[in-house]
Amino acid sequence: MKVLQSVLLVLALVVVGFVVAIIPGGQALIGKVLPYLAFAVFLLFFIVKVVGWAKSPVPFRIPTTAGQEKSLPWVKQSRFDNPSTTGGVIVRMLLEVTMFRSLFRNTKAEMHDGPYLAHGSSKYLWLFALIFHYSFLVVVLRHLRLFLNPVPGLIQALGGADGFLQVLSPGLYISDLTIVLGLVLLFGRRLVRPQIRYISLVNDYFPLVLIFAIATSGILMRYIIRPDIINIKQLAVGLATFHPVIPGEMGTIFFVHLFLVCCLLVYFPFSKLMHMGGVFLSPTRNMANNNRMVHHDNPWNDPAIKPHSYAGYEDEFREVMKEAEIPVEKE
Amino acid sequence: MYDKGKIIPGLIVFVLIAVSPIIYNRGNAGHVPNPEKPKNAKECVRPVAEMRESHMQMVIDWRTDVIRDNGAREAVTAGGVKYVRSLQLGCMKCHTSKQKFCDECHKYASVEPYCWDCHIAPEEKD
Repeated sequence: MKVLQSVLLVLALVVVGFVVAIIPGGQALIGKVLPYLAFAVFLLFFIVKVVGWAKSPVPFRIPTTAGQEKSLPWVKQSRFDNPSTTGGVIVRMLLEVTMFRSLFRNTKAEMHDGPYLAHGSSKYLWLFALIFHYSFLVVVLRHLRLFLNPVPGLIQALGGADGFLQVLSPGLYISDLTIVLGLVLLFGRRLVRPQIRYISLVNDYFPLVLIFAIATSGILMRYIIRPDIINIKQLAVGLATFHPVIPGEMGTIFFVHLFLVCCLLVYFPFSKLMHMGGVFLSPTRNMANNNRMVHHDNPWNDPAIKPHSYAGYEDEFREVMKEAEIPVEKE
Repeated sequence: MYDKGKIIPGLIVFVLIAVSPIIYNRGNAGHVPNPEKPKNAKECVRPVAEMRESHMQMVIDWRTDVIRDNGAREAVTAGGVKYVRSLQLGCMKCHTSKQKFCDECHKYASVEPYCWDCHIAPEEKD
């Protein structure tokens, strides 16, 4: 049901994009106005979201991260899994962002006949996520060839490396295959495992289906229904120089593609896709475990309330305590 | 807001990366391709729109057919003009300059066709 809802939602978006693209003036709307709106919403609410997170106080360091914390000199510390310095935290964060180490630790629990409960490692999410995210990164970077003029050598080299198989014409991009593969695997993972299907929501399926639709329309445009790429680049460069133009025929499918991308941009800051910014704010990833070396003040402590020692407490209440026959340290 | 010293620079870096295409172009759309039209012919082997969108597929099909499957080297256009299904003997008979024709759009769109991995490009002055 939730799967069906997500697919129908994306299909509805495709239809909206298609209809707007064929009514007069619709192409100008999707081509010249919507990208700016979507990009502005994306940037603004991305910042709003991160600032909102930054307003939540984090009272203490979370030491329950994997690995041995810094202890006695003869106990070997796990420097990057349980760092006590900023440098170690930076390495841990880099490994998290580039290698998805938290997903590598993913576990599963299964019931077997007996009955007994078995725990085990489950690397699928990690593997599928790596395939998908790196493909997506390459695809996004490759698209810069349409926004930058002249195209920088680095982007050109990336396109060359991605198409190095030299099959088909225009050349097949490996990332086109792997992004679809990654999406299908991530989606399939939610369908195949009953426990994960049980906890999956529309907002888990929807982004996968939306990105799948974007990738499909892009792949169609490269290999099957080819609109004029020179016109498309003129529009893209026009957008990036604030003089958008629609120089000629560009094909309805291009506007559907662009419309879906705008939808993704608008959806992004309000969805779980914000893990892009949120990963940097994960308390178990971005804080050094230095509880034993540095004094941390609870950020929501009222500064007007001064520390109150036991000696001070006894001074204040000595007479009452004696009356109630509570033992006191000082007579 | 906590950790301002880290979060604000982080957000600035994020925004800079996001708007980097705008910064890179500096408001200049640059050179728009204008491939040179041939002087000795008015029509291509297929309609212009089809050539624009699918010439890459056509030449690769020619290659497979002629080189690998021993297909016909010659064909006839809809208008009855005979032509050679060949990059250098066909296309470049009219579109004589690689730089002024092929490269115009290919450079603009950052396309690197591998035609010239085997074919030797004609010598041209820059």
